[in-house]
Amino acid sequence: MSKSKNYWKKNIRYITILLSLWFIVSFGCGILFVEQLNTIQIGGFKLGFWFAQQGSIFGFVAIIFTYIYLMNKLDQTQNN
Amino acid sequence: MELQYWIWIAVGLSFSLYIGIAIWSRAGSTKEFYVAGGGVHPIANGMATAADWMSAASFISMAGIISFGGYDGSVYLMGWTGGYVLLALLLAPYLRKFGKFTVPDFIGDRYYSNTARSVAVFCALIVSFTYIAGQMRGVGVVFSRYLEVDIVTGVLIGMGIVLFYAVLGGMKGITYTQVAQYCVLIFAFMVPAIYISFLVTGNVIPQLGFGSSGADGVYLLDKLDGLHRELGFHEYTSGSKSMLDVFCITMALMVGTAGLPHVIVRFFTVKKVSDARKSAGWALLFIAILYTTAPAIAVFSRTNLIETVSNQPYEEMPEWFDKWETTGLLGFTDKNEDGLIQYTADTTTNELTVDADIMVLANPEIAQLPNWVIALLAAGALAAALSTAAGLLLVISSAVSHDLLKKMVMPNISDKGELIAARIAATGAVCLAGYFGINPPGFVAATVALAFGLAASSFFPAILLGIFSKRINKEGAISGMLVGVSLMLFYMLKFKFGWFGGGTKADWWFGISPEGFGTVAMVFNFIVTLIISSRTPAPSKDIQELVANIRRP
Repeated sequence: MSKSKNYWKKNIRYITILLSLWFIVSFGCGILFVEQLNTIQIGGFKLGFWFAQQGSIFGFVAIIFTYIYLMNKLDQTQNN
Repeated sequence: MELQYWIWIAVGLSFSLYIGIAIWSRAGSTKEFYVAGGGVHPIANGMATAADWMSAASFISMAGIISFGGYDGSVYLMGWTGGYVLLALLLAPYLRKFGKFTVPDFIGDRYYSNTARSVAVFCALIVSFTYIAGQMRGVGVVFSRYLEVDIVTGVLIGMGIVLFYAVLGGMKGITYTQVAQYCVLIFAFMVPAIYISFLVTGNVIPQLGFGSSGADGVYLLDKLDGLHRELGFHEYTSGSKSMLDVFCITMALMVGTAGLPHVIVRFFTVKKVSDARKSAGWALLFIAILYTTAPAIAVFSRTNLIETVSNQPYEEMPEWFDKWETTGLLGFTDKNEDGLIQYTADTTTNELTVDADIMVLANPEIAQLPNWVIALLAAGALAAALSTAAGLLLVISSAVSHDLLKKMVMPNISDKGELIAARIAATGAVCLAGYFGINPPGFVAATVALAFGLAASSFFPAILLGIFSKRINKEGAISGMLVGVSLMLFYMLKFKFGWFGGGTKADWWFGISPEGFGTVAMVFNFIVTLIISSRTPAPSKDIQELVANIRRP
């Protein structure tokens, strides 16, 4: 019982951290702070605009694959 | 070789491939028909999900919409990808663990009530029908533009193909044709994109070319901002919508994505919980290839368009201009009669009207790419429309044969009987979708946003809370769904269709557009569900055990 409680608690912690990142790369960098970030230019991109049209999507992919990795590891501890 | 021959070859070959797959993967049981037997490889499921998800709108219209909206178009890019994070982290693994066939299955069992199940069936049907009508229309439009048959014939051919593999193979047939369709559509989308990126910037990767400079050494985005300022448009890289509205639309699209039944059911088809997470990751990766390319195409074609037409003599326009003018997607009226094309933001002096769809469809011609690339584009657009239509069709047929018939009306029906019912329901749904494709109700375009808003304001809170809280009961969930859906319907009907006194942009609540209102309705759903649940009795021990069980890996 305590084992599965621990599993669930860790899962919730991963979800909370990763969803905060999800919020930051899209709503944070792409919408709320887009004007401040647009003052920074990298190559031909204004940074805020880049996050809104490219960076956020790359971020999403990275977030899901991180979660897959973390949960596969967590699942293994559960099985042992 | 003539363009027409190329197109017939590309479309003919891809269609024979789909039919071949359908014959190879016939469904023999309801489990095969609803969830492809439950043993699909996560990468295959990722591709199928990507094809399922990317519709005619993603393929044909999105780059064009971004091209005209600039930064405003970001809501679609973030909104239609970010939902997969919610799916992978919050919904897909648990729904797979639950291990039934449909979304109403989960709602009905978790909230131990056929009322909850009926509400879910109702929402699933509305969402899917609004969507599928648009897809069949897309099929018709592509046929008529490229193959020079009329729209009705185009829709009928599309119906025939979908009917064949969806009715024969169910989810099993759909899954493997969707894998093939993903390959066709992504190839068709990327080839012209890479060509154009190389022509404009010398960089073969569109995602990088997008931030590079053209032959004159000026960064493309800076040049486009400059052109926009000159012509009186808002700057390309900054938007015209309010920040709150952009926030709400993006959120509604993300949450709506995660709540769409035809996307969720795809995760029922994999073998185990960890595979559900994996296939959400693969799905988003496959989607991201198209979604990060689309804004690059938007910039290339916008720059191309402005430089080709702005203040140029109408007489000297290239051949494609005439061709698309005859389709009505491009229009020119010489208001000041100087023979030049004035393209400006000011509607009183603007002389050029451009339909957003042209940006993807005419791009290869504008960039003077070879004929086989154009043929490929036609096959890709058809693949995108057909794959989404098939996925939606399955949701409709399973809602009727499984959720209504098996779970509520005729619980004793045999597996064989249910399979026959599912095939009849699928046939009926194709015919209805075809009818709407041929006689499109005027509200199709307006209701795509409604579908997302509805999914966000109905399913998402009920599923999420059903997994992450043991305390939420049927009273809370049902009233939450009803409040969310009614509020969303009310707002849409009021501001999109002029019911309840109508209203204009100035009357929007807090300045939130109907597209973004799903977010507000969802928040109300959450609040109502939580309050009502806390004042009514907790669910039984069995239900709490069911929740504990779906949380175990």
